[in-house]
Amino acid sequence: MSQDTLFDKVWDLHKVSSLPGGSDQIFIGLHLIHEVTSPQAFGALKDKNLKVKFPNRTVATVDHIVPTDNQSRPFKDNLAEQMIETLEKNCLQHKIRFFNIGSGNQGIVHVVAPELGLTQPGMTIACGDSHTSTHGAFGSIAFGIGTSQVRDVLATQTIAMNKLKVRQIWCENKLSHGVYAKDLILNIINKLGVKAGVGFAYEFAGPAIKALSMEERMTICNMSIEGGARCGYINPDEKTFNYIRNKLCAPKNESWDKALLWWKSLKSDKNSIYDDVIKLDASKIEPTVTWGITPGQSVSVNQQIPLLEELSQNDQLIAKEAYEYMGFNPGQSIKDTSVDVCFIGSCTNGRISDLRVAAAILKDKKISKKVKAFVVPGSEKVATEAKQEGLDKIFIDSGFQWREPGCSMCLAMNSDKLIGNQVSASSSNRNFKGRQGSPNGRTLLMSPAMVAAAAIEGKVSDVREFIDK
Amino acid sequence: MKSNLILPTGKISQIRGKCISLIGNDIDTDRIIPARFLKCVNFDSLGKFVFEDDRKTLKGMHPLDLEENKDASILIVNSNFGCGSSREHAPQALMRWGIKGIIGESFAEIFYSNCIAIGIPCFTLSKKSIQVLQKKNNNKILFLEIDLKNSIAKSKNLILDLGIKESTKKMFLSGDWDATSNLLKNSSLVEKKLKELPYIRFNAES
Repeated sequence: MSQDTLFDKVWDLHKVSSLPGGSDQIFIGLHLIHEVTSPQAFGALKDKNLKVKFPNRTVATVDHIVPTDNQSRPFKDNLAEQMIETLEKNCLQHKIRFFNIGSGNQGIVHVVAPELGLTQPGMTIACGDSHTSTHGAFGSIAFGIGTSQVRDVLATQTIAMNKLKVRQIWCENKLSHGVYAKDLILNIINKLGVKAGVGFAYEFAGPAIKALSMEERMTICNMSIEGGARCGYINPDEKTFNYIRNKLCAPKNESWDKALLWWKSLKSDKNSIYDDVIKLDASKIEPTVTWGITPGQSVSVNQQIPLLEELSQNDQLIAKEAYEYMGFNPGQSIKDTSVDVCFIGSCTNGRISDLRVAAAILKDKKISKKVKAFVVPGSEKVATEAKQEGLDKIFIDSGFQWREPGCSMCLAMNSDKLIGNQVSASSSNRNFKGRQGSPNGRTLLMSPAMVAAAAIEGKVSDVREFIDK
Repeated sequence: MKSNLILPTGKISQIRGKCISLIGNDIDTDRIIPARFLKCVNFDSLGKFVFEDDRKTLKGMHPLDLEENKDASILIVNSNFGCGSSREHAPQALMRWGIKGIIGESFAEIFYSNCIAIGIPCFTLSKKSIQVLQKKNNNKILFLEIDLKNSIAKSKNLILDLGIKESTKKMFLSGDWDATSNLLKNSSLVEKKLKELPYIRFNAES
C-alpha cells in the first residue's frame, strides 16, 4: 500500500469517516457541475427533499451541448436549450455560482476552473465528467463521478469511495522538438494499456514532466482516464504557483502567502512508497497518432499499423475490431492517411498554448481544399486571449473556421459532427467508435500541432517537417 | 425492453434470469449510450437507445434485438467493460432495458461505481469462465441464479464462483448501496472537516 505520496496526504486530509461498507467518506473541496450530468442529480435532491449542503463549494458552467456557430438564445436545438435552462434554474434556486455564456468565463469545465484559479494544490475536486483528472496537474486529487455521486456531493459535500493505489510514472529526459505532451500521454497509454490504471491514481513525475508547462501538464493528467486511471496528478512546484497567482479566484495578499506556505509543503516524500513504479524515456517519443478505436492503439507517425501477431493476445480481439471499423490494413503506414475533418479543441488540447502552437504552423499557409477544419477555443478567456494575439486571424486566413467555446466535436453533442465514415484528425481524447457523432466516423487522435500539419497536407503528416529545427 | 420496469431498492441478495452476452473488450460508454442521447434532463427514456449505433449497424442481429434475449436480465461481458466517459446514463440505459446484474472479466472504474450506486451488482469471473458462459449462451437460452451471499452463480450443470468485493457485497445484502443516507449521517463530522481544511480558510479570506 502506498505511503506518504501526495495522494495519500490529500486523501487522509479529506477523509471524514470509514463507512460501514468499507469505503471512505471523502470531503470534496471543489465540486464542478455542467448541464449534462447534473439535472438528474438536482432532480434526485428534490425527490429526497434534500438541500445543497455548501452551495459555495460548487461552481457551474455550460459546455457539452453549446453550439459553436451561433450561441444566441434560445438555442436552435430545443433539447440543448432545455438543458441550459435547467442548469440556469438549478443554479439560481440553489445559489450556485454559474459562469454562463457571455460572462467572459464560460468554457469547458476543465479549462475554466484552472484559469479562474479555482483549481488549487491539495484540494479534492470532483465533477460528473471523466476528464476531471485534468485538475491533478495542480497537485489536487481530482476524479470523475457519476450522477448519483453528483447528488451525494450536492447533498453532503462528500462521496463514498475506496482509496486508490498509487502508480508512479517516471518520465526520464525531455521531449524532443516537435513532440508534445499529447504524444507523451498517448505513449504512456499505449505502453500500459487502457485498463492498467483501474484502481490506481497515476503520479506523473520525472524531468520530462517537470519541464512541461502547466497547460501541458493538464493534457497529461486529462488523459489518465484513457489509461483506466480515474485520477492522475503531478506534484506542485513554482510553475504551479505562478500559474495560479493573480487568477480571479486565487487567494490574494496575506491569504496568498498562507496558501503558498501550505502548497509548498504538499508533495510526495522522497522516501514515499508506491504500489507500482513505471519508467520511460521521454526523449525517445515521436509524434504519435492513433490508428484504432481505443486511445491505446497508437503508433509513431513514421511507423506502420501493427500486425496482429505483433500484439499481445489480449490486444488482438480489439485490434481486429479496429482494423475492420477503421478500414485500415495491418502493416499500412499511418503517415499519408487521408483526412476529411480537422478539429482543434477539447479539454485535452483547447487551451491558449495549444492554439499558439497550431497557429505557428498555419501562419502564411493554406489548408488543403478538401479538408473541413475548425478550431474551438476551450473557453471564452482562451478565445479573447487568442484574438488579442491575432491567432483567430491566422486560423481564418489558413482556411480554418473560428468557433465559439465548448466541447464541440470531442463528443459531438452539438451539431459539430462527422458525416458517414469521414476521418478526422483530432486534438481531443477519444477515438471510440461513433465518438465524433457519426456511427461509422473515424477519429485519429494527435497533438494540435499534428492536426495543423494534417490540415495543410490533407493527410497525416510529420509536424517536424513544418517547424523550424 | 421491459415495460413493467421496477427500479432496484433495498436489499439485493439474489438475481435470477436469462443471460445475454455481449462479446468484445473495451466496450466504452459512448457505445453503450451515444452522446446524442445524453440530451435529456431525466433518465426515463434511455432504455430504448442502449447500444443504438451498434444495433443499427447489425440491423436486428445485435444480441439486444434477438427475440430470445428480449427478457434477459444478466449481462455477460469481457474485459474493461464501460471504459471512457463517466456518464451514468450508460448503466441507467442498461438497467432500463432490463439488466439487473453484470458478470464480466473486468470493469472500468467509474462505470463500476455508477452501477453500484444505482443497484446493479457487477461480478468478475476469469477470462476462461466468461468464454465458457458466452459459448453456452451462444444461440441458446442460459438461465443463471446468482446468490450474492455465497458469491456464486448456478445453472443446470454449472456452478461458478463470482468475484465481488466483500464491502460491495455487504452493501447489497444490507441494502446500504444507496450511499446518500450513510453520508448524511456524518453531517457534523463534515462540518468539522470544512473548518479544518487550510484552503477553505485562505480562499474565504480573499
